[in-house]
Amino acid sequence: MKYQAEFRDRQLAEQLSLQIKKAITRPWKIMEVCGGQTHTILQFGLEDLLPSELELLHGPGCPVCVTPVSLIDKAIEIAKTADVIFTSYGDMLRVPGSSCDLLQARALGADVRIVYSPLDAVELAKKYPSKRIVFFAVGFETTAPANAMSVHLADKLGLTNYFVLCSHVTVPPVMSSLLEQPDNIVQAFLGPGHVCSIMGVEEYREICQRYKVPIVISGFEPIDILEAILMALLQLERGECRLENQYARAVVTAGNLHAQQVMSEVFSLSERIWRGLGPIPESGYRLAEKYREFDAQNEFPEVISERAESCICISGEILRGLKKPPQCPAFAKECTPETPLGATMVSSEGTCANYYKFKNTQIN
Amino acid sequence: MRLDDEEAATSCRLPISNSEIVKLAHGSGGKLSSSLIESVFLPLLGNDVLNKQDDAADIQIGDLKIAITTDSYVVSPIFFPGGDIGSLAVHGTVNDLTMRGAKPLFLAATFIIEEGFPIADLHRVADSFAQACRSSDVSLLAADTKVVGRGAADKIFVTTTGIGIIACDPVPASDRARAGDVIIVSGDLGLHGMAVMASREGLDLETQIRSDSAPLNKLVLPILQMGYIPRCMRDITRGGLATVLNEIAKSSSVGMLIEENAIPVDPQVSAVCELLGLDPLYVACEGRFVAIMDASCSDQFLATMKGFPQGAQARVIGRVVEEAPGRVVLKSTIGGRRILDKLAGDQLPRIC
Repeated sequence: MKYQAEFRDRQLAEQLSLQIKKAITRPWKIMEVCGGQTHTILQFGLEDLLPSELELLHGPGCPVCVTPVSLIDKAIEIAKTADVIFTSYGDMLRVPGSSCDLLQARALGADVRIVYSPLDAVELAKKYPSKRIVFFAVGFETTAPANAMSVHLADKLGLTNYFVLCSHVTVPPVMSSLLEQPDNIVQAFLGPGHVCSIMGVEEYREICQRYKVPIVISGFEPIDILEAILMALLQLERGECRLENQYARAVVTAGNLHAQQVMSEVFSLSERIWRGLGPIPESGYRLAEKYREFDAQNEFPEVISERAESCICISGEILRGLKKPPQCPAFAKECTPETPLGATMVSSEGTCANYYKFKNTQIN
Repeated sequence: MRLDDEEAATSCRLPISNSEIVKLAHGSGGKLSSSLIESVFLPLLGNDVLNKQDDAADIQIGDLKIAITTDSYVVSPIFFPGGDIGSLAVHGTVNDLTMRGAKPLFLAATFIIEEGFPIADLHRVADSFAQACRSSDVSLLAADTKVVGRGAADKIFVTTTGIGIIACDPVPASDRARAGDVIIVSGDLGLHGMAVMASREGLDLETQIRSDSAPLNKLVLPILQMGYIPRCMRDITRGGLATVLNEIAKSSSVGMLIEENAIPVDPQVSAVCELLGLDPLYVACEGRFVAIMDASCSDQFLATMKGFPQGAQARVIGRVVEEAPGRVVLKSTIGGRRILDKLAGDQLPRIC
């Protein structure tokens, strides 16, 4: 298949693996930012092709994982409201709140529906004028344009029964935050290809320069990731810290200007709490004042207090690349995809879920 | 382990048990389905035959060895490209009998119909059911109809029970796989699941994907008669190839090593799965099966199968190994290895 099989080719993978093994002279730690990249790395057993000196750190780029529990609780409370149809992307349904998840709320009678696009939720708002349709707008800059468009469209259609529960996060502030930690161990990044296809690459060039760290914008297929690793490794070995774009087939320097325009109209920057990492200033979006009437936080103002999370769970350290899932005392014991203690065990992009699913044991 | 409220306030929180109520994911064929069977049904209803959890039970009655099975069909939408709930209810049960080396003969069926269901649609389902019986060489001998109030069922649910005569010895069974055996699939994966998904409301996909729903007895029985009897056969339904392989690996206490590059997946299925973030190895089929074959005659078995139109795409996808009993390991397209586990719940489409 075009643009799939070619990027999963074993011969090409072996060639890149050989080049990486030849280039490496000492241990390095490279973090892939995106959950989608983590998923590929574990799904394809990509680490089997890397030299032992090269360690991949799995980054915080899973939007499902970093959504705070209080917001999940809020989503569940809203979903339980009698006249509400609560819509969400599939991943969010199984993320544990402090007492249940959205799937459980659905089993108990809440009208919770999976949608594949927020525009489907707008359609529901048109179809059911007597219901309040709430869309759980989760994601990085990749999902933000479509979510912004849904609000823009609802406004244009004059809908008064469409609301978004906004939990958008942005990548550059969390990368900066990681690099500013005193215990930071990241030496280079594989940058978020899909985010950059929307936002362009300039923000990442600034991070390279400010923190003297190599960043290679990477795609999501195994060959993309192997090539990006090789590019990052060559920079590390040469003592360079440049921005490079491995994913040139999707990412142009300026990004998608039209998408950026819709986003800047509908959203404004705000502080966000990242599950496992805490508050990071200007690291997400909320609805701009002009669109306040579409904000579910405004429509459903009841405050949900932050409740304690599991004290065993080390998802914060995992999101920062400091620890690997098997180092958690609860991994694959109390904490499994069926009974997740922290959100990194839930999403198909979550590091713990990927380790559990793909790497639980080895066979020779 | 559960903590009461007082304890929870001062010590570490654990999530509430997910098993307190039945969720949709309990029906997905993965780990939650197994837990429902193992924690509720088997302790109360289990016996030596039921506990084996094979596609169909095999029992001796006088000189006859018969296979018996039952299955319910609740597919939505009830009409989908390549089939409907009527044909599916016949094929599914015929295939479960066939997997035990039985020649399917008779069916009993129950139709549970929701108030308001159009008679024209019921006619269409019944007609399709009848045609499927004819093409599968089975007769419907007993049937029941129930009508329930609006909302108490989703349009129509069909249950079929099937009986067949086992014509081969030994009888293929999930616990008979041995290290060294060869693992074969009969055709490309994921067509049924994706055909149903693509025709569901809310997913505007224009694809040519048609369900693979078909009776397997026309393919399997002639091969058995030639003397090529697999140690184990399983039709790949709910939960997909990954689930079936895990169940065999567990029942037989063997490991499996699967070569991803060898697994046939329809290119359109592969594309839609990629788009939605789903894995075709967990998507249902309704006309495909896995055979575990003694390596000494697997070549002849495969060659014979390829001689039939239904088996033309049959492939060897891996082998049974001694290591890591109960585990299935996949060698990925690029050569790395990973676990191919059962699903925890339903496959959930990814955010990005």
